Amino acid sequence: MIRVVLPAPLRSLARIRTGEVTVEVAAPATQAALLDALEAAYPMLRGTTRDARTLRRRPFIRFYAGGRDLSDVEPDAPLPAAVTAGEEPFLVVGAIAGG
Amino acid sequence: MSGVRVLVGTKKGAFVLTSDGKRQSWRVEGPHFGGWEIYHLKGSPADPNRIYASQSSGWFGQVVQRSDDGGATWEAVGNEFVYDGVPGTHQWYDGSPHPWEFKRVWHFEPALDDPDQVYAGVEDAALFRSTDGGKSWRELSGLRGHGSGPNWQPGAGGMGLHTILLDPTRPERLHIAISAAGVFRTDDGGATWAPKNRGLKSEYIPDPNAEVGHCVHRIACHPERPDVLFMQKHWDVMRSDDGGDSWREVSGNLPTDFGFPIDVHAHEPETVYVVPITSDSLHYPPEGKLRVYRSRSGGEEWEPLTRGLPQADCYVNVLRDAMAVDVLDPCGIYFGTTGGQVYGSADSGDSWTPIVHDLPAVYSVEVQTLP
Repeated sequence: MIRVVLPAPLRSLARIRTGEVTVEVAAPATQAALLDALEAAYPMLRGTTRDARTLRRRPFIRFYAGGRDLSDVEPDAPLPAAVTAGEEPFLVVGAIAGG
Repeated sequence: MSGVRVLVGTKKGAFVLTSDGKRQSWRVEGPHFGGWEIYHLKGSPADPNRIYASQSSGWFGQVVQRSDDGGATWEAVGNEFVYDGVPGTHQWYDGSPHPWEFKRVWHFEPALDDPDQVYAGVEDAALFRSTDGGKSWRELSGLRGHGSGPNWQPGAGGMGLHTILLDPTRPERLHIAISAAGVFRTDDGGATWAPKNRGLKSEYIPDPNAEVGHCVHRIACHPERPDVLFMQKHWDVMRSDDGGDSWREVSGNLPTDFGFPIDVHAHEPETVYVVPITSDSLHYPPEGKLRVYRSRSGGEEWEPLTRGLPQADCYVNVLRDAMAVDVLDPCGIYFGTTGGQVYGSADSGDSWTPIVHDLPAVYSVEVQTLP
């Protein structure tokens, strides 16, 4: 199981009341496979972290895990072992901006 | 006893205000979708329990919410708005070509007779339609493709398709309006479109009488007289008596003819409401006095409606989609401000009461008259 932490607006959209969610991702666990699994579990999240068609990350969204910025890692690259082992959560972060 | 439900979209969520037919005491529910921008909510005329809401965010994009129980509970439906074919370019503010990019839904217009059919006016300007209750969306691309699309330019607030008028007597006829392109009409259900801006004069564009390029802020009509259209343009209040084929100015004695919303009384097709705003650079009421102006003669002669509205130190704006009328008798008028107030009048505008004072900036106000 992979642990995912979503920003508050997406937790409210998906009616997630806990701080993080877990999703089952078949091997090889990649960022794309993780987001696929997340959107399968929570269809209302389609299009909110990445474009629904191009699958390109939305500009104000960043991905982090284990203190590393994974935003520009290829979506098909394997996720860090600590994430797939459930030791570290995969963080979806909205840029700090706005009012 | 009949009642009303006022649907309020704000910068930080949606609110539902309900009252009985007296429209004196109100229940306020919300925020729904707290923290998200709600550009617009609108209920289906065919099923008042069916409501569509445009929920968006600069971070997370567009979400479409649907309620089947009058706004008590909501379900996210389809949010894929894909332009038909190769989208091409429109003009950017400096006149350079700019690719068409979907940003958000500005306005939903549910069909008159089918709760599952709904039109969406979006930024960058285009018209989409769903026939499955918002699950999937398809562009009516004849609008962007009719010829002038590459010449459209955004207004200051973006290039949004903000008004969709359905004709109850001719189902194949729709009028839409875009900032800052103007009015367009289809007579074949959206397959082909023509600009309908003859008579508009806009001194702030290179050709003041151009066929397209006018910053139309809002158009409105009475459902029983769909050929009579009223328009609040960037500057000028206009009227058409021939379904938009030609327009004439009816600003008359307004203190300023700049403004955003315009609406028509539910039972008096010649009674029209606007909210004059100082100027294009001063988006607040003249003299700090919030006044709705009413014409009972279809324009030209206007009277200020002030009772219950702040008449000193008021510097809010009223946005284009933030005024609506109910169909009770006497007709109720409602509008919301960027200061978070929603005002209501249960006597055709003679007097006003704030229903709520302190919401986030109000983007849109719609009213449902309930049986």
